[in-house]
Amino acid sequence: MPELLRYLLVILGVVLAPLTIAAGLTWGERRLLALFQDRYGPNRVGPAGVLQVLADMIKILTKEDWVPPFADRPVFVLAPAIIIIATYLSFAVIVFAPGIAVAELNIGLLFFLAMSSLSVYSVALAGWASNSKYALLGSLRSIGQMLSYEVFMGLSLMGVVVMAGTFDLGAIVRAQAGLWYIVPQFIGFFIFFIAGLAETRRIPFDLPEAESELVAGFHTEYSGMKFAMFFLGEYVAITLFAAMLTVLFLGGWHGPGSQSTLVALGWFLLKTLALIAVFILIRASLPRLRYDQLMEFGWKVMLPLSLVNLLVTGAVVLWRG
Amino acid sequence: MTLVDTVISRGNIESTMTNQAISIAVFFGLGLLFWMVALAASHLVRPRRPSAAKEATYECGTVPVGRAWYQVHVRYYIYALLFVLFDVEVAFLYPWAAIFRRLDGFTLFLLIDVLIFLLILVFGLVYAWRKGALEWE
Repeated sequence: MPELLRYLLVILGVVLAPLTIAAGLTWGERRLLALFQDRYGPNRVGPAGVLQVLADMIKILTKEDWVPPFADRPVFVLAPAIIIIATYLSFAVIVFAPGIAVAELNIGLLFFLAMSSLSVYSVALAGWASNSKYALLGSLRSIGQMLSYEVFMGLSLMGVVVMAGTFDLGAIVRAQAGLWYIVPQFIGFFIFFIAGLAETRRIPFDLPEAESELVAGFHTEYSGMKFAMFFLGEYVAITLFAAMLTVLFLGGWHGPGSQSTLVALGWFLLKTLALIAVFILIRASLPRLRYDQLMEFGWKVMLPLSLVNLLVTGAVVLWRG
Repeated sequence: MTLVDTVISRGNIESTMTNQAISIAVFFGLGLLFWMVALAASHLVRPRRPSAAKEATYECGTVPVGRAWYQVHVRYYIYALLFVLFDVEVAFLYPWAAIFRRLDGFTLFLLIDVLIFLLILVFGLVYAWRKGALEWE
């Protein structure tokens, strides 16, 4: 049963890889930030501090997991599950290499957009169920921000869809064999990248969890394993956006060298990790925006820009036949 | 056809909708499993030491004043309305984008079509802009 074995291997790989990368990122991000800021970062546990991941896991597992007596208990417990499952499900449609995908849907891109919308619920419900002022403030901010940035996140990808003529992620990558879409769709790439930063609530869009004003935003009242879910969810989401950017704009598995599946996977991984490093570099370099600036930037700059991008793409496709 | 047969047939024939639905369901199950196992594992090892101070809402050490489920600024609702308007309109653009290249001979027609559609959309945006709905004040 080699087919079945191969299928199970793919599922296992796709389940484990994002988790491994996300766990590794909890260490990798601190090391990279330290590097950018001329510090050491965690370097005590194991070689170069790699085992810090393990130490953190043990620590978070044995921490008291406190459910506030004033909270809406079922919603409070369920909210972290939504973010983990919604971000995770998106990985099911990503095509990592030719034939290496859990489900190569012909509506893969739509599925990704739908799942990324669902993760808003997690943040909204967590902040509401906490019954705490900081938490509610943080979740309101993030709902406003994620809703605003979602409008043109979908729109920015339509340029790619027009060029490839399909929502199928595998077909989109195959269409990039000659020229990666980052060249003709640079504005789309730029907009989607910024939307990705906003959707994952990273600096400079981390107002929902702005430490200096809102303690920890929507997860102020969360502790122990449930807090870890949000934390891990954020890193899984970063990995997801990096992978989507790779698929849609950076040519997915395409790269010089042999055409074997292993090399293709290597290229995919390399591009994804490089993009994650850029996410971290942005965190190290930029300050946090003000909330009104953030919303105005979204509606007044990004939305018109993505509309223009779509129209120009359509006109160019028409002109070139 | 059993589940295993369906799974095996993948790769032999074009992967079918059923296969994909099963794959996604499996993935959903694994995500749920991860959440349950992680919570259960921490439930076994974690301590539980409640105290009066811990039971209070976190407000930087002061005693909480008033309810936490307070009234929300109307700004957020306006953004929610804008979102509903624009996201529904954007949803109409998705099928357009997918079909744009495939209809030979109709491409110019399609482009003019979407131009008119976008003009209406932009008109709405300009209206909201002029009304000050996009400003945070």
